[in-house]
Amino acid sequence: MTGRNTPGPRDIAVVAFAQTGHRRSTEDSSEVEMLMPVLHEVLARTGLKTADIGFTCSGSSDYLAGRAFSFTLALDGVGAWPPISESHVEMDGAWALYEAWTKLLTEDTDTALVYSYGKCSPGSVRDVLTRQLDPYYVAPLWPDSVALAALQAQALMDAGHTDEAALAAVGARSRADAAANPYAQLKGRVPQGDYVVRPLRTGDCPPVGDGAAAVLLAAGDRARDLCERPAWIRGIDHRVEAHSLGVRDLTDSPSTRLAAERAGAFERPVDTAELHAPFSSQEVVLRRALRLDDSVRVNPSGGALAANPVMAAGLVRIGEAAARVHRGDSDRALAHATSGPCLQQNLVAVLEGDPR
Amino acid sequence: MSKEPVAVTGIGQTKHVAARRDVSIAGLVREAATRALHDAELTWADIDAVVIGKAPDFFEGVMMPELYLADALGAVGKPMLRVHTAGSVGGSTALVAANLIAARVHHTVLTLAFEKQSESNAMWGLSLPIPFQQPLLAGAGGFFAPHVRAYMRRSGAPDTIGALVAYKDRRNALKNPYAHLHEHDITLEKVVASPMLWDPIRYSETCPSSDGACAMVLTDRTGAARAPRPPAWLHGGAMRSEPTLFAGKDFVSPRAGQDCAADVYRQAGITDPRRDIDAVEMYVPFSWYEPMWLENLGFAAPGEGWKLTEAGVTALDGDLPVNMSGGVLSANPIGASGMIRFAEAALQVRGRAGDHQVDGARRALGHAYGGGSQFFAMWLVGSEPPDS
Repeated sequence: MTGRNTPGPRDIAVVAFAQTGHRRSTEDSSEVEMLMPVLHEVLARTGLKTADIGFTCSGSSDYLAGRAFSFTLALDGVGAWPPISESHVEMDGAWALYEAWTKLLTEDTDTALVYSYGKCSPGSVRDVLTRQLDPYYVAPLWPDSVALAALQAQALMDAGHTDEAALAAVGARSRADAAANPYAQLKGRVPQGDYVVRPLRTGDCPPVGDGAAAVLLAAGDRARDLCERPAWIRGIDHRVEAHSLGVRDLTDSPSTRLAAERAGAFERPVDTAELHAPFSSQEVVLRRALRLDDSVRVNPSGGALAANPVMAAGLVRIGEAAARVHRGDSDRALAHATSGPCLQQNLVAVLEGDPR
Repeated sequence: MSKEPVAVTGIGQTKHVAARRDVSIAGLVREAATRALHDAELTWADIDAVVIGKAPDFFEGVMMPELYLADALGAVGKPMLRVHTAGSVGGSTALVAANLIAARVHHTVLTLAFEKQSESNAMWGLSLPIPFQQPLLAGAGGFFAPHVRAYMRRSGAPDTIGALVAYKDRRNALKNPYAHLHEHDITLEKVVASPMLWDPIRYSETCPSSDGACAMVLTDRTGAARAPRPPAWLHGGAMRSEPTLFAGKDFVSPRAGQDCAADVYRQAGITDPRRDIDAVEMYVPFSWYEPMWLENLGFAAPGEGWKLTEAGVTALDGDLPVNMSGGVLSANPIGASGMIRFAEAALQVRGRAGDHQVDGARRALGHAYGGGSQFFAMWLVGSEPPDS
């Protein structure tokens, strides 16, 4: 975090987390119907009601729903009456959490609800994500998200940072870990499969799925009232890189490294890291940028290779990391979220439990 | 920890037009951002973070365009947030940026909002598929016209009020070099004679469809002390949301708008908005929303807003000038329109509004709304720093 030279900031924590079971398709329910149980669950965990929440912020993307203003109906699910103090980012919910954290720092309020959701099933998410690219020179060529990730994977192999066997091991470990995660979409032994776009095979790529997540934040004593072991946000920062793949070193992630530095991630070792790496090769990049060695438990939830509800997967990483702190499985955890092609934009949060 | 005071030290807009075919989306936003930096006499290196907003991505057909715009806005290596709260987004975006400074996360933030409607088709972008939501009945005008009717019936306003607003705003726009519509030959008779689109809303009482961007440099107390020109100080800012449709919703005077204004006034120590506020830039996409919002924002008692308009109180030389810039009725790059209201309010208290300056404006309100009259964002800026 930058430039704090006046009275210290207040302590803010994740006090509750809920997510859907992530599924290949939720044709049987609307976005609101998918989201409602998660909102109810996260509130129930703290006993709070909508009217008790000081600020609400959500993340989503119209392009997944295929319609403008898709977030407005989700607001109906929140029950925004009487009117609430509320905002929305057209980003992964991890960035909605960042906006809410900022709001709590201003001391306008003590509690914040953050949620996000993504239904990838109505369209072809590989095609949809091409619309994120430069609209004049690149998007008209429709290079899809797997093809771009494959470029990155090949660059990593050419640089000697990984090979196909190592990538396969990332996929196998993620899905084996996901077996213990009731919310994961793909779990257990999954074959590495055929090439999707060389050198990436099906096992290196995320499943396409629908899902939602919600997090409750609270400040100071309020957090202690609402949660037995709050997951204190010791630092959170995010950085963006250039868009064009031609001007970036795809084997590195300087934005992740900088965000981690600003979030204080390198000040002391973490025991857990939940990384938003939709492709096995991206875990290789992130591990190097974050200086994670084998002593760190990486993606015990199975990560994005086990469930990747676009726009919620980053918030799920923060939630999973916080939940481990809540349960006492972690004392200091790192959570990461990404956005854009080939890890263009990255957020890092450091969460800690009180000493035991 | 009290909040850090927030100052506006740089403002930049593009000339809003129907189609900027000479620039890309990146070129458009860079133009506004560069002007804001120039006004603040800062460089890209002085900016700690970028907060960008626009209305639905479908309006240009680019998904999460901030990713593509990171280079053009000097954001590489910096934090970049993208806000989207429908039509209120320009205001919300500025408030999110302001919170980064108030929370002392950053010293100086560039905030920007844009719409380049000529890239795509906003009417298509607004045509929501039936299974998800009831159709919006031939565009936004079809949605809002019944609420205007409800206002006329409830308040007993004569049916000439809307034309007065449109005539006033279009004449104000002639004094604003950035406004899209410069109708030099406008007369009240021409407004009244224009075709009826969505009864009671006539063609000349509607907003245009514009390409444009607006940017502001927001900074902390230290940054303001170094500013080359007088800053505008943030005295209060708030957002409020309510559901789109539900039994009991008051579309004429939504409670979210009332609550949002009350929060801003509380923060700014405003007890009598009609007396304490010198100028207002409010989001009026259809002319009748001026009297409606005058009531919603507490400048007039319920049913009395049209009387202020009729008496000329809201004229540029009136007692409570509204939309000195020409307002949304004269330039509507949708995603930027809310930020333009916020920026024009700041220009007024900085004394830098040029030919549409209100003499001695010390406190001005910027207002934005969106969705089905459900999202509200407002800020009150002053020429002096806040007391605390």
